Amino acid sequence: MGYPHAPHPKETVVLSKYFGEPEARTYAGWVARGGYQGLEQVIGMDRGAIIDLVKASGLRGRGGAGFPAGLKWSFMPTEKRKPHYLCCNADESEPGTFKDREIMRWTPHQLIEGCAIAAYAIQADVTYIYIRGEFTDAYAIMERALAEAYEHGVLGPKAKGPLRDMQMYLHRGAGAYICGEETALMNSIEGRRGNPRIKPPFPAAAGVFGMPTTVNNVETLAAVPHIILRGADWYKGLCRSNPRSTGTKLLSVCGHVRRPGNYEVEMGFPLKDLLYDLCGGMRAGHELKAVIPGGSSVPMLSRDEAEACLLDYEGVVEQGSMLGSGGVIVFDDSVDIVYQVMRLARFYAHESCAQCTQCREGTAWTVRILQRILAGEGETRDLDLLLDVADNMTGKTICVLSDSCAAPVVSGIKKFRSEFEAYLHGARRPAVAVG
Amino acid sequence: MPLHDTKVYEPVFTGTRRERLDEMLSRYPTKRAALLPALWIVQETRGWVSDEAVAEVANELELTAAYVKGVVTFYTMYHQHPVGKYFIQVCTTTPCNICGAEGVVDALLEHTGCGELGATSPDGRFTVIEVECLGACGFATPVLINDEFLETVTPERVPEILERLG
Repeated sequence: MGYPHAPHPKETVVLSKYFGEPEARTYAGWVARGGYQGLEQVIGMDRGAIIDLVKASGLRGRGGAGFPAGLKWSFMPTEKRKPHYLCCNADESEPGTFKDREIMRWTPHQLIEGCAIAAYAIQADVTYIYIRGEFTDAYAIMERALAEAYEHGVLGPKAKGPLRDMQMYLHRGAGAYICGEETALMNSIEGRRGNPRIKPPFPAAAGVFGMPTTVNNVETLAAVPHIILRGADWYKGLCRSNPRSTGTKLLSVCGHVRRPGNYEVEMGFPLKDLLYDLCGGMRAGHELKAVIPGGSSVPMLSRDEAEACLLDYEGVVEQGSMLGSGGVIVFDDSVDIVYQVMRLARFYAHESCAQCTQCREGTAWTVRILQRILAGEGETRDLDLLLDVADNMTGKTICVLSDSCAAPVVSGIKKFRSEFEAYLHGARRPAVAVG
Repeated sequence: MPLHDTKVYEPVFTGTRRERLDEMLSRYPTKRAALLPALWIVQETRGWVSDEAVAEVANELELTAAYVKGVVTFYTMYHQHPVGKYFIQVCTTTPCNICGAEGVVDALLEHTGCGELGATSPDGRFTVIEVECLGACGFATPVLINDEFLETVTPERVPEILERLG
């Protein structure tokens, strides 16, 4: 449902069905709503069969990359020689994205069940749920739910069968966007600075503590119990456009719409309907200018592109961007694109872990050049300079934070060049003081 | 630590806090992995992470103080100096920025008496900082006051919110 708003008839509610119902947070409330049946069903099932079921459903990673979840699980060794780990990525920090927070706040047991099923399938002894440090309320709710899950024998000493030896812990982050990158997340769990690691080795070979590890996003894991219970064909049927994108997606919509919030729709849902029907359109007297469709790390779409865009992994690529995490940032005609591109670049400059030169220097210089332009001190060649810096930041670093900073710069200049030129030619008054 | 500082350092990890640390250590296969939780316990207890606390944590986890300091400085939520009784974090990243977050910052700076970002008010009660994306973009502007997460804060709501803190 479109929490914090009433459900909209065009939504397809699966994960978000109980958002807004505090009773669903408790073990009893969750069981009364059909919870933990998926977990019950998988115990005793062949592990390979569980992974095949998830593969067949077409579930893809909801954290941003869209990698097939079942395939990722299948990379884990089938013959267990060392401890295996599952890490649930609840470090949700991508500007524009706030779906995992709602899953944890309203349906913590949905996530615990998904984690337990995944941990069982990949033979993980320990699951760490890595929650960003700022999510104080989500952490407290998850902590209570996990204690209840142990108490009722969902897992741990009071559980029966293979779940007896399963351990699940929350691990609190401490303020670092980069820890949402899976290898940085593992370093952070190990008590290190959150610097991403060079891949390979991939986590399934050598992950957290050097052991075989799978890292999945909250929304991905929360979808798993539903797939187990209702089957791969049902999940595959939740698709409006490209059959390679299946299931429902939680879309976090923020910025200049009348009803911001989370909306759950089938893959392939038109962005236009999301903006104008579900979210109630723009504020009075304003028109749509641009949309960043998948969290701040993806290229922005012009109004025409946005209105033609279908929201699935392929549909957004067709319009020149990416579905990413499903964080939809909406800009109306009041937005100064140059200023907002600078603001996004400032975010990445702040969050760069600084181990790669292209990122450490590139993000900082991008901010400085944009601030110079905004202060009315830019030169025409600054746009080429920005694009050149962006080119040097793309595809050249250990992780993609650097590429993410380049995305709004390149797409902003490409699609709204006249706004940049207005500052350069003195047609627009400086927006920031000379710094 | 200045040479003339004769104040005796009271260890953090005693009593129930020692038990909590031991419980944390049981969750991981290495001592190092308990570092972030240990630093959280320090900050909850002392309000910030001093160099003496860094040394204590290093000793507990068999790490060097330099290593621990390196981790403390990486993560923005660990305070490296004392802050106000109420530590106020306001999100000003793009989605909140376009929804008026700057006005919330201005109202907080004015009503707390902090004057500028990062400074503590003269009465020692407040510190206000800007923070990058609190992950609640649909509830602009989110504000985190210590562990209390507030949504849809507007400049108009600021006086009432501060008053409630007492």
